[in-house]
Amino acid sequence: MKHAKRLQSLMLGASLMAAGLPTWAVVDSQGGPAVLELNLQTPVTQIAEQIYSLHNLMLVICLVIFVAVFSVMFYSILKHRKSVGHKAATFHESTTVEILWTIVPFIIVIGMALPATKTLVSMKDTSNADITIKATGMQWKWGYDYLKGDGEGISFLSTLSTPRTQVGAPGVTPTELRGDNYLMEVDNQVVVPVNKKIRLITTANDVIHSWSIPAFGVKQDAIPGFVRDTWFKVDKIGIYRGLCSELCGKEHAFMPIVVNVVSDDDYKKWVTTKKTEMAALADDPSKVWTVDELKQRGEKIYTSNCVACHQATGKGVPGAFPALDGSVIVNGAKAGQVAIVLNGKNAMPAWKATLSDTEIAAVITYTRNNWSNKAAENIVQPAEVLAARK
Amino acid sequence: MSNIAVDQAQAHAHDHSHGQAGAHDEHDHHTPHGWRRYLFATNHKDIGNLYLIFAFTMLMTGGVMALLIRSELFQPGLQLMQPEFFNQLTTMHGLVMVFGAIMPAFVGFANWMIPLQIGASDMAFARMNNFSFWLMPPAAILLMASFWVPGGATAAGWTLYAPLSTQMGPGMDMAIFAIHIMGASSIMGSINIITTILNMRAPGMTLMKMPMFCWTWLITAYLLIAVMPVLAGAITMTLTDRHFGTSFFNAAGGGDPVMYQHIFWFFGHPEVYIMILPAFGIVSQIVPAFARKPLFGYASMVYATSSIAILSFIVWAHHMFTTGMPVTAQLFFMYATMLISVPTGVKVFNWVATMWKGSMTFETPMLFAVGFIFVFTMGGFTGLILAVTPIDIQLQDTYYVVAHFHYVLVAGSLFALFAGFYYWSPKWTGFMYNETRGKIHFWGSLILFNVTFFPMHFLGLAGMPRRYADYPAQFTDFNQIATIGAFGFGLMQVYFLLAVVIPCFKGGKPALAKPWDGAEGLEWTVPSPAPFHTFEEPPVFK
Repeated sequence: MKHAKRLQSLMLGASLMAAGLPTWAVVDSQGGPAVLELNLQTPVTQIAEQIYSLHNLMLVICLVIFVAVFSVMFYSILKHRKSVGHKAATFHESTTVEILWTIVPFIIVIGMALPATKTLVSMKDTSNADITIKATGMQWKWGYDYLKGDGEGISFLSTLSTPRTQVGAPGVTPTELRGDNYLMEVDNQVVVPVNKKIRLITTANDVIHSWSIPAFGVKQDAIPGFVRDTWFKVDKIGIYRGLCSELCGKEHAFMPIVVNVVSDDDYKKWVTTKKTEMAALADDPSKVWTVDELKQRGEKIYTSNCVACHQATGKGVPGAFPALDGSVIVNGAKAGQVAIVLNGKNAMPAWKATLSDTEIAAVITYTRNNWSNKAAENIVQPAEVLAARK
Repeated sequence: MSNIAVDQAQAHAHDHSHGQAGAHDEHDHHTPHGWRRYLFATNHKDIGNLYLIFAFTMLMTGGVMALLIRSELFQPGLQLMQPEFFNQLTTMHGLVMVFGAIMPAFVGFANWMIPLQIGASDMAFARMNNFSFWLMPPAAILLMASFWVPGGATAAGWTLYAPLSTQMGPGMDMAIFAIHIMGASSIMGSINIITTILNMRAPGMTLMKMPMFCWTWLITAYLLIAVMPVLAGAITMTLTDRHFGTSFFNAAGGGDPVMYQHIFWFFGHPEVYIMILPAFGIVSQIVPAFARKPLFGYASMVYATSSIAILSFIVWAHHMFTTGMPVTAQLFFMYATMLISVPTGVKVFNWVATMWKGSMTFETPMLFAVGFIFVFTMGGFTGLILAVTPIDIQLQDTYYVVAHFHYVLVAGSLFALFAGFYYWSPKWTGFMYNETRGKIHFWGSLILFNVTFFPMHFLGLAGMPRRYADYPAQFTDFNQIATIGAFGFGLMQVYFLLAVVIPCFKGGKPALAKPWDGAEGLEWTVPSPAPFHTFEEPPVFK
């Protein structure tokens, strides 16, 4: 470590002398490469750790052989030269030596292959994943769909967020100072919980891309028309950065991958927020719906959010959760129900943060027209919910 | 150095009166003159020169592209070019260097040296030889002209992966045709070399007495014949996918983009041995000559070369570990790849054992040969590290791979070509090159090569992907070192042309028939420069 540091500062000094002072001070990227990094990035998954030590092992073995072979060669170069009067021997061919230098490397190679095999087999084991995410490479961004596990249904696009004013162009100097994560930052990060096995399915829309996070030891090509998978289980909370690793056209260098690894709780929060956001994005709140459209939509929302307490029958649990079927509030003026759904009351949670206007309108309309309910004001439009929020 | 030359002059004075020399001078008046001599060339020496001049021109062209790439990468951000042009440059740099510089250069050496080494009067098919050379310039012009068509040259990487290659403009079609033509040329050249070696050896020269350079080229020629048609198939399928509605590599039509990679690398992996085996041959000639001691294990060298050639057909998918293969396939390709290090190791051990207890001198050919062994072995070790699938997945498509293949292609193939030039150019030109300048060229190239490519290992380990026009700022320092090294390395090659090559064609100290006292082989029994016609009567080989 000490030597590595010393070497690093040495290299830094040398490069500064060679290149002149850089125009701005670059610091290490968090979860990305360090400045003057001499080895693989710090691993944060078991696989990446195994790769890291496998590489160290290989490097050491290779260095030992290298030093051994070339000490012989350079010894020979120094001693067996004509200028020091060395006379050439005439020996050649020795079956013993030749068999020896075939067998010994063969055994060394087997010794290298064994640990590699173990790591490789575990790299390929994508079974029993907690969460499955599909990454779709496209020119030039990534699309993510959470297919299975907590967060199922979330989907978003992730594009480079470094502004072009930092990149510049031929003849156009950048007008903005570059950040620490220049070209390694995106608008929508992939969020995953820590210590959970994430299975990543890759595919592509146009040409081949490659999804890669060096700190995870993951690199998987995304191939149009085909799906491939890989996995990772991150030990450490943090943001990790990678870059597209298969030539995919002109913006190849501008489609990074950023994964935010968070605690379980934070992940749940993110899922909720993300779902709300998505729902809000999905529906135009000013759209005017029919009763049937809203009922249909509302049933789904009711099933996933309300049945636990109010029950599928709408009868609730006597003494604990009020019945909606025949309820005065549900059959009365709509403003009262909207207020309760938005802001909550006693055991009833406030839904304004988790459900979108359309979803709230839908679920209220559903309750007003279901079971035995026949409310006079039988429809709530998303716009009314929006208005009630203020 | 001059002492050695004088010694040799005395020791080998009889070479000049040794049969051929006097007899063949009379034939010189048959030598055609002017442009006809080269356009209609059937003489292996003229064609060898043409190949070498062509290859050096392409080396310079590809080098300029490399320097443009390195200039853009001097700092993060886009300063000199748009990414689309950057991608054209990386693609064309690869194609030009592989198909235009390294391969033709070795064919040039084969043309010059194989007939001289086996005591043949010329190549077996002299007119086909002419045709295989003259296919090259039109192909090169087609390739280079693609920069000026709408959309520019192909920017799909030298591997031309589908389906990115389907998106390219007409530059892609020009590249496909250029590669077709170069492939045809290579196949014809190979047929010629195989026929020459198998049928035209001097009486007494059995296969197992043949010089190593001929052996390595014989094996290389078979590799070429086996794999060039495979490449032609892959790019033809790309062409029909692009224009004739087929879907070989288009998943939407039932094709498979990964199949392209399988076909390409079935060509591509033997191709890397095509570019390195003749280099092994050259080094195997030079090391014994300057150690004044026979090659340690001639037979094992032949077997090692053959093993490498055979293994090269079953390792191709190690270029594709990240495409996602079944674990069994990954294991197979990992084991097979690691196995190649065994015969390659045998070669390195052989060279070292040849040097051991020799009586070595270090003229420029030997320097380049030793430099080759040293630096090529580094590339060999990074190759072994990359063979380990888990590590490869981490390093696939990063600068580590760029560093690795430049260590074997530049410090490997190119350094061996330089070694071969210094070793045999006295025979070609009749003049000794300037030894001091040769040494400057060697040390400059060796040091600057490492300045350029060694930092790329660190960039790759840290995760910088290759083929990136712009990069995260953390990678800046090593990129700047690499760029500075690249310009120095490029200038060294200009120095080589202006200070070494051109002067030694113009004049200098006359070369003896055998300028190296430890050298062996029939090529040293003819005078320097080698007369237009040699070995019209087969020499006797003992």
